[in-house]
Amino acid sequence: MIAPAAVFLLGLALAPLTGGLIVRVKSLAAGRTGPPILQPYFDLARLWRKGTVRSTSTSWVFASGSVITAAATAAALALVPAGGVRAPLAFAGDAVLLVGLLALGRFAMVLSAMDTGSSFEGMGASRETAFSALAEPVLMLVVASVARASGGLSLSEMLGPGLPAAWGLHGASLALAAAALFVILLAENARIPVDDPATHLELTMIHEVMLLDHSGPDLALMEYASALKLWIFGALLAGLAVPVRTGWEALDLAAFLAGTAAAAAVVGLVESSMARLQLARVPQLVVGAGALAAFGVVLGVRA
Amino acid sequence: MITILVAAALLVAGGLGAWLASARPVVAGRIGLAAAAAGCALGTAGAAGAWARGGALRLAWSVPYGELHLRADGLASLFLILIFPVGLLASLYGTAYWKEHLAPSRAGAAWLFHNLLLAGMVLVVVAANGILFLLAWEVMSLASFFLIAVGDDRDPAVRDAGRLYLVATHAGTAFLLVMFALLASGSGTMDFPAWERAGGPAAGAAGFLFLCALIGFGTKAGLAPFHVWLPEAHPAAPSHVSALMSAVMIETGLYGLLRSLGFLGEPPLWWGAALLGVGIASGILGAYFALLQPDIKRALAYSSVENAGITAAGAGLGLAGLSLDQPAMAALGFGGALLHVVHHALLKALLFMGAGCVALATGTRRIDRLGGLARRLPAEGRLFLVASAALSGLPPLNAFAGELLLYLSALSGLLALDGPAALLPAAAVAGLAMTGGLAAACFARLAGIVWLGEPRTPEAAGASGTPAGLRRPMTVLAAGALILAVLPAAGLALAAPAAAVCLAAPPGSSPAWEAGRAPMMWLSAGAVLTALLAAAVWRLRERRPARGASRTGPTWDCGYDLPSPRMQYTASSFSSPLASLFTWIPSGRVRGEAPAGPFPVSASYDVEIARPFQERIYRPAFASVARGLARLRWLQHGRVQLYVLYIVVTLIVLIVRLLVAGETP
Repeated sequence: MIAPAAVFLLGLALAPLTGGLIVRVKSLAAGRTGPPILQPYFDLARLWRKGTVRSTSTSWVFASGSVITAAATAAALALVPAGGVRAPLAFAGDAVLLVGLLALGRFAMVLSAMDTGSSFEGMGASRETAFSALAEPVLMLVVASVARASGGLSLSEMLGPGLPAAWGLHGASLALAAAALFVILLAENARIPVDDPATHLELTMIHEVMLLDHSGPDLALMEYASALKLWIFGALLAGLAVPVRTGWEALDLAAFLAGTAAAAAVVGLVESSMARLQLARVPQLVVGAGALAAFGVVLGVRA
Repeated sequence: MITILVAAALLVAGGLGAWLASARPVVAGRIGLAAAAAGCALGTAGAAGAWARGGALRLAWSVPYGELHLRADGLASLFLILIFPVGLLASLYGTAYWKEHLAPSRAGAAWLFHNLLLAGMVLVVVAANGILFLLAWEVMSLASFFLIAVGDDRDPAVRDAGRLYLVATHAGTAFLLVMFALLASGSGTMDFPAWERAGGPAAGAAGFLFLCALIGFGTKAGLAPFHVWLPEAHPAAPSHVSALMSAVMIETGLYGLLRSLGFLGEPPLWWGAALLGVGIASGILGAYFALLQPDIKRALAYSSVENAGITAAGAGLGLAGLSLDQPAMAALGFGGALLHVVHHALLKALLFMGAGCVALATGTRRIDRLGGLARRLPAEGRLFLVASAALSGLPPLNAFAGELLLYLSALSGLLALDGPAALLPAAAVAGLAMTGGLAAACFARLAGIVWLGEPRTPEAAGASGTPAGLRRPMTVLAAGALILAVLPAAGLALAAPAAAVCLAAPPGSSPAWEAGRAPMMWLSAGAVLTALLAAAVWRLRERRPARGASRTGPTWDCGYDLPSPRMQYTASSFSSPLASLFTWIPSGRVRGEAPAGPFPVSASYDVEIARPFQERIYRPAFASVARGLARLRWLQHGRVQLYVLYIVVTLIVLIVRLLVAGETP
């Protein structure tokens, strides 16, 4: 019996690893060795020990922004099951709270960016709110579709023991939902083709540009929150797309971890094989994912 | 019940007293405030009693069909619980605000209409007789009209806003008159309980009456496409009046709609679908237009359209749940809608008061002329920013609880229904999420451009503190919102009796409470967890063994040496990515001159935000009505003798008709 709290701690501990895995896959695809897989941990530890430089333009909003973003994302993690293993907090409607907590983290990040008074950060904030306003309905449609297929109202039920049977009955609907979820994973976590985490030109960035004025522990908290968010989306995708529910929790958990690693590898392959889209094309991608999710719901409700 | 009547009488008497004392403004202000404060305090106690025990009062009244029948059931008492305390806080704020912003000679009139508005709203929700309801409705509408105009009736913008409001509110009332007249002619009485017992008119008539109620009450509630008056009236009115109108007066529209649903019998599915559709459309359009507005109070007014949309969508889900025989969907829909009314009232009053503070401190409401106020008005900034986040529907703040119940209502409907009917709740899920995303963008813009960064103009840079009398009512509202954030179940318990009335639940049962209690408890757990995590992270960050020192410096400017506050992102650039996606909604006209040549001398840029509903629908419609009526102008020429002749001729025709019909006049 794996304690639900262990699922939460596992997520907190493993989250930065996903980013390391993605970089490793990209390096291999490019024929390089690349940095160590544990590099994100080293970076976080290094940033955490540094002092901060804060802009004179900022107020209490900036000082609390990184804390709120990290705390909200961590609280969201407490709602995410590890495949078939229940989350510490599971109740009817927890998926809505999950989406809401991620939105809170984003809101705090956007306000922190605007608190610096920098036009670049304002630009990033504006783009982030615009794209996430489009991504939120898609995510809720994915939730609706999975809830309908599995008959559960909480994430731990939706992705619980009934999932293999749901794949049997509503496979098409769930596949569409998983595809839409993958696109939203890319869009919400600032990955190619929506945003490029490796770029260093302020004008083209969305997520990274909001963090220009964060330094030391503030930056560490924001980076850690981004890692947690990537882990959350990876965990949801792995939980949905890898319906291994044997009843042996250790085996289920191993399948889940393999699923998250595979999700990271796919993200890495996508990043290696694609260029970033023009910003004006991003809404089309997100709306396309919305069409997939909506079609999944329509397929799911047929009597 | 008698307490509430006494409170209303106190309000009216104090208003009249203030008006009579107009010659001595200080005395008038004191009388008005004292009556408002005493009436609202007494009324709050009465409302709490009515919420707990209910209450009714019947007095004879010599008006045909009329009866002084007052009733405070669960639905009415929920709105009373909002009207009285928000009224009290708005009066306290108003005292401080009007001290700065009102010609002394107007103090008496201002307090008269202020107190009449409060009394009118109270009577609207407790009236249990059609005539009494319509009278109270009219008092409320006229008093709010005069309140809009009382501040500055020489300003053409204020006059236009007032006139538009007057026309819109009476157009809405016209539909209500039709509805009440038809209900009365069908049943022979104007008594609400009698209408409720009768079980509704025949199916076709009921559908027509539903549409009348939707348009008539939807106009007051600010639902699109009947919302056009709202974004004009709120910026024109004094801030605490905007707070009162947006937080509670427009909710009387929702009250009226929910109340009249009780008269119409079993709802067919299309009622719920229509209400849901209007609600989602109002939500998305309201949030979208809020995102474009250059004026804080206009943006907040459009946000009221959005929130009226969310409540209407919830009521639509509830109605659809009733028609489809889905008790959980119905209970959660009405419960969530009414809970959202409570949260919206607290937050919107707070935000309008905050906008008033900005206007007082800087002398402008234009978002693009502000900036950096969080460091200049720290207390107001904290309140405004947290309320912005809350009204964006972000957990663990209070307004999320109502939205969670609405999502749960839709999801439980989606799980239980099959076939096309299940697409209704699925559309609600997507629509609510779209509304939420746009609202978050709108409030990020409002909070970020107005309060954060650097001041864009000398007015904003020179902003200094506002009177404490303005901040105190805001703090009380924030405290209420905070309590509801930690204990969302308390809010649901408050709203559940009202939902029980909408659900026609048997006495003693509370379906909304039963269905929504568990998620509310879990939400408390989530709120506490988030707060604990934030405290832990903060503590860890402060106590970490740091190698470097912490210092401050200028914002990173990408190597450019002379950043100026004018280079900050502006409100219109912030909203441009989203605005560019909705090009099919006309958003505005850009006028200006582009800089030309290597050393441009002059350049200008001006955006006029479009009002597509007014420009494309209402203005042409009213113009064609005016053209049609112009043909009758020869009747109206100003000669009194001929007007008397009209009357005589009419009388003779009527008498002849009666004689021909064989009756004695």
